[in-house]
Amino acid sequence: MRENAMLPSLKTQVITEEPRLAAGRELANGFAASLSAPHVALAQVSKSFGAVTALANLSLQVDQGEFLSLLGPSGCGKTTLLRLIAGLEVPDSGTITIGEKVVAGSSWVQPERRGVGIVFQDYALFPHMTVFDNVAFGVRCSNRPVVSKKTMDALRLVGLAELGGRYPHELSGGQQQRVALARALAPGPAVILLDEPFSNLDVSLRARVRDEIKEILTRAGATVVLVTHDQEEALVMGDRIGVLNAGQLEQIDRPEVIFHRPATPFVAQFIGIADLLPGEIQNRSIVTELGRLPLREGPPAGTKVKAVLRPDSTEIYPDAEGVGVVMDRVFQGLHYLYRVRLHSGITIRSVQHHSRSYALGTRVAVTLARHDYDSADNEAVYFIEH
Amino acid sequence: MVKRGQSVLSALPILLIGGLIVLPVVVVLSALLTPTPQIWGHLWATILPEMIGNTLVLLLGVGVGTLLLGTGLAWLTVAYRFPGRAAFDWLLLLPMAVPTFVMGYVYMATLDFAGPVQSTLRGLFGSIWFPEIRSGGGAVLVMTLVLYPYVYLLARAAFQEQARNTFEAARAMGYSRTSAFFRLALPLARPSLAAGVALALMEALTDFATVRFFNFPTLSEGIIRVWHGMMDLRAATELAGVLLLFALALIALERLLRGRARYFQTGGYSPGIGRVRLTGWRGWGAAGLCGLVLAIAFLVPVLQLALWAVRDLVQAGPSTLAAYWRLAGNSLLLSGLAAGVAIIVAVVVSNGVRMGGSGGWLTRAIARLASTGYAIPGAVIAVGILLPLSAIDHALNDLLEGWRGITIGLVLTGSLVGLIYAYVVRFMAVAYNSVESSLEKVTPNISLAARTLGASPRRLLWQIHLPLITPGLLAGAILVFVDVMKELPITMILRPFGYDTLAIWVWQMAAESLWAGAALPALTIVAVGVLPVILLLRITAAKSGSESNQ
Repeated sequence: MRENAMLPSLKTQVITEEPRLAAGRELANGFAASLSAPHVALAQVSKSFGAVTALANLSLQVDQGEFLSLLGPSGCGKTTLLRLIAGLEVPDSGTITIGEKVVAGSSWVQPERRGVGIVFQDYALFPHMTVFDNVAFGVRCSNRPVVSKKTMDALRLVGLAELGGRYPHELSGGQQQRVALARALAPGPAVILLDEPFSNLDVSLRARVRDEIKEILTRAGATVVLVTHDQEEALVMGDRIGVLNAGQLEQIDRPEVIFHRPATPFVAQFIGIADLLPGEIQNRSIVTELGRLPLREGPPAGTKVKAVLRPDSTEIYPDAEGVGVVMDRVFQGLHYLYRVRLHSGITIRSVQHHSRSYALGTRVAVTLARHDYDSADNEAVYFIEH
Repeated sequence: MVKRGQSVLSALPILLIGGLIVLPVVVVLSALLTPTPQIWGHLWATILPEMIGNTLVLLLGVGVGTLLLGTGLAWLTVAYRFPGRAAFDWLLLLPMAVPTFVMGYVYMATLDFAGPVQSTLRGLFGSIWFPEIRSGGGAVLVMTLVLYPYVYLLARAAFQEQARNTFEAARAMGYSRTSAFFRLALPLARPSLAAGVALALMEALTDFATVRFFNFPTLSEGIIRVWHGMMDLRAATELAGVLLLFALALIALERLLRGRARYFQTGGYSPGIGRVRLTGWRGWGAAGLCGLVLAIAFLVPVLQLALWAVRDLVQAGPSTLAAYWRLAGNSLLLSGLAAGVAIIVAVVVSNGVRMGGSGGWLTRAIARLASTGYAIPGAVIAVGILLPLSAIDHALNDLLEGWRGITIGLVLTGSLVGLIYAYVVRFMAVAYNSVESSLEKVTPNISLAARTLGASPRRLLWQIHLPLITPGLLAGAILVFVDVMKELPITMILRPFGYDTLAIWVWQMAAESLWAGAALPALTIVAVGVLPVILLLRITAAKSGSESNQ
């Protein structure tokens, strides 16, 4: 049923490509015109619920037209952050600015006056209104033709111009999602907030809807904050990613930087797979059980550190004198993911080509792929042990 | 959202409502704990043992009867195919529309010694033996016939809900359909069956008119008798205390049987157990059985009422009609007022529960208390309200007389206030459940979405909240309206002197053996009583429809 429902809309998209572009441009112009210094800023924001601290002294900024993904495990405070921006929660302390207006802190602006569009996890469409009425709800204007035009622009942007007369329950999940997005976009908000917007979709749909939404939002030139616990979603969609853990912002940066130069052990292990390999600084390199990782500069010799080891930066091959033993392996199609226990008792993970099949218990040698550590960008990442 | 700082002040209305709702029960309970020895001695020596015994027999009989009839018919319509099944599926709910006292009076009139059936038989065969109609057996039978739909409705839903897979797994393990029914379907449906029987028994417990017709005095009947016959409020209160104990025991028993399962909600739609076709005489036998129940429990009495009503209109048209419109107006006013007040109170409580906050447990407790009123017999609530209200009335009059020499009369007990109050307490659960389920449609995110889209609180209320909840509120109001229309014991005790309703008229006429005179109002009550059945069917139909759309 769902799959079938999606097919016509695919066609629709192709046909309406031109109007959609135009609609996007107009909405984008709307954003530019309505805002002089459009960005969102949080400064030293704290929020707790009873004894639970949801956010502790958090600061971050979102530039105009930027797509920021906030990533973190459940309960890290990311949804609270979103609700604080929207004005659905009141911060205990700190200041929130949207554009040049202080919306929380020295003054308080009600959610309905903030110019914030939200797409909720459950979409929260109004079940008793048609798609058109849903989208038109937020367009405040006494001039009916203007309301109608803005609504149709938003519907065209998401490729649902033909379905304006339907009711939400008559749409597929992906279509409901786009209605929610159109509804949030139609009033021309200063910032769009997306709260785990893809978690209610079938896995098979998710990737495509995600790409569509990203494209729509890019075309609209919207400033977006996305909250998710799915790292792939965050990596694919965000211009920048903020990693949250236990109410703290661990790191905020471009996806590549987050991946290659994680600022904390948490980030290293939360984004992609990583093992922490103990070592000691000697002679501008980290000496580990698996060999030396060169550094351009570093702490004084003798400092104990833990180096970040990605599974694709090691090679393993059978060797009776080898340093490790294959404990476990998972066939993932293109490759095997091995778990190898080293002499010291530490377990690391290693990805190998699918042709390299080693039985459990095989003694293996482990070597470090040099190219991962030989340039400034790829220099080994380590954390000093305390 | 901005739900910070739910102060004591904002919880005040809910506290007040909670207090008012538990007041009658507390009054009766405290009377029970401080008995007057002479009255007790007298009651024990005279009517009480018989009443307790009769009440027990009635509960047991109606319990077993509705359980067998309701469960059996439900299994028949869910698990088998036979001629007319689809129609019987909902037709079998219709007896619900007939109040027990209407059913009682119709059958007493037709089957009694002087009634048409026995007279005809005597005319044909001379003096013959006929079972005594005015007996406990008669009362049990009549009540079973109109109360089984409670069990039928819940059992049917429970059977439909059960997964086909579970049932087929049992079949694959070598159980026949019949043994799978006893080993699997029935135990799985136990919470629903318990709930259904409990609802039926609550109705049996509150009834006083049917048992009076059948000369089988129970506790409810006793309360009305001592209050009306002897104006003895103390004795009525003591009896109400005993009756309350029965009701509380019933609630406890139902909770126990229900176990940890929750009340069944007609939620999911599943393909259900595959229906087996009954062929030949089995099929017609099943259809005949359903038809027989429907005829005895609905068609025959309605037809009889219609005949009487026509005869009455022909014989005494204008005077009957004049009285009819006056009483219908009274019933309409009372039912409408009670429905309105009940819905408003339910919205306040429900809203309080949703706002939660620090006093959340308190509002939730009050909400739960509010929904137990349905289990408390009408006579108990009425007595529990009469005592404090008349005390207030008298105090007020004494005060004013001593002060200014004015007599204002009985402002509370002499007006509709006490009556409406009692109805709301008794039928709060009906209103509350409807309001609650319609408020569920308004998810927090929907409100938040509307607010971030710039909606003012007023626009939020008028364009989002009200349109979403209105259908549910209306449905709740209709249910309360109909329940009040059918209500008798509370109306008997608390009505202002000379204030008659359709139900009262039926009772008075029938008690005087003026069968035809009671027919028109009785027929009206039955017709109105069909409303909730239709409502119920529409809700279940809409549910299964929307489910199958996905």
